[in-house]
Amino acid sequence: MAVQTQATLQAVPSAEDEAGQAYFDKIIAEDSRIEPADWMPEKYRKTLVRQMSQHAHSEIIGMQPEANWITRAPSLKRKAILMAKVQDEAGHGLYLYSATETLGTPRDVLNQQLLEGKAKYSSIFNYPANSWADMGAIGWLVDGAAIANQVPLCRASYGPYGRAMVRICKEESFHQRQGFEILLELSNGTPAQKQMAQDAVNRFYAPALMMFGPTDTDSPNSQQSMAWNIKRFSNDELRSRFVGMIQEQVKVLGLTLPDDKIRYNEETGMWEHGELDWDEFHEVLAGRGPCNAQRMERRREAHENGAWVREAAAAYAEKKAQKAQVA
Amino acid sequence: MAKPVETVETPAAEGHGKQTWPLWEVFVRSSRGLSHVHAGSLHAPDAEMAVRNARDLYTRRNEGVSLWVVPASAIVASDPDAKDEFFESPKGKDYRHATYYTKSEGVKHL
Repeated sequence: MAVQTQATLQAVPSAEDEAGQAYFDKIIAEDSRIEPADWMPEKYRKTLVRQMSQHAHSEIIGMQPEANWITRAPSLKRKAILMAKVQDEAGHGLYLYSATETLGTPRDVLNQQLLEGKAKYSSIFNYPANSWADMGAIGWLVDGAAIANQVPLCRASYGPYGRAMVRICKEESFHQRQGFEILLELSNGTPAQKQMAQDAVNRFYAPALMMFGPTDTDSPNSQQSMAWNIKRFSNDELRSRFVGMIQEQVKVLGLTLPDDKIRYNEETGMWEHGELDWDEFHEVLAGRGPCNAQRMERRREAHENGAWVREAAAAYAEKKAQKAQVA
Repeated sequence: MAKPVETVETPAAEGHGKQTWPLWEVFVRSSRGLSHVHAGSLHAPDAEMAVRNARDLYTRRNEGVSLWVVPASAIVASDPDAKDEFFESPKGKDYRHATYYTKSEGVKHL
């Protein structure tokens, strides 16, 4: 009997929910912002928690391919730059966890989802960073794609997400420029260095384009996200815009993109590119990419090895609080 | 009318049973002469660590000359469900704004 009552209650929206929905719809129609304490549809909340936490996880896992090169950076200057960049990635993860928490999911839960392999992160970080030139390609192409994706997210309808993205985008442009500079220096170096830069671009080009997500015809959640003003442009629109930018930039580098199908379509106003290997994308996303296991293992290890620091800090805080009480 | 802001209670991670660090809201003064502005939040075991973490997280590029950290649970906010009636009073009182007084238009230094 009790179960039946509950089912009925769930089926019929309460007056409060109806008023909440009406207010929510009005805010979205005005292109204003939803704030944490506002009523919001459960699916809107879930979509945001999923998207924002995936984004946060990507920043955290994204520290690994580059941290891997800190000890082998070719100069003190490059080492300092790389450390600052990796620290930024940690910061970006924390901004995003902070924003996600305002939706009611505690950080520990999000972290646990990542450690248990229940949460996804960007497929790009499951590719290895084999050479120093990869630091350049990652900065230029991977961070470049991230910026193209993230700039419109500064206007996402959820206030805390948009604000976190503003902060992140400001910092990302340093990331992209330092990567571009690495490639430019290699490209102007010895033939072997130039070849190393070209190899890195060849390897990261397609995975970077896949960062925008599946094609519009294969992206079922996109439309709802656009209706909610979370997303402002479709995956294909953003990808096309990015191709347009890098096909110009690559000329300055004196390198080429490994795609002879790049062309501007006058009719659609879109940049076109060669077919991407979506089977590979889905394989990597499903955990079968070249580095998935390694990345997750490293993350769990770091979390476990840091446990004593977290415990010691908590114990010290407790001891101090007790002393303060006595005094 | 006022009630504590709905901050996230941070229950221990499932299966770990260890208490997690409390949540702090961070406010940054970007330069002298300006107010502290809310920047975001972070977790820290105590106030001292919260200030240090806030420096590392929110002022990596000279964004601030001063920081405030406040336990999120200490913030009291207006009731989010009462937003319309709670802020109703100033509405319809245009005479509180200088723009209400149009007859003086064109008069200098007024």
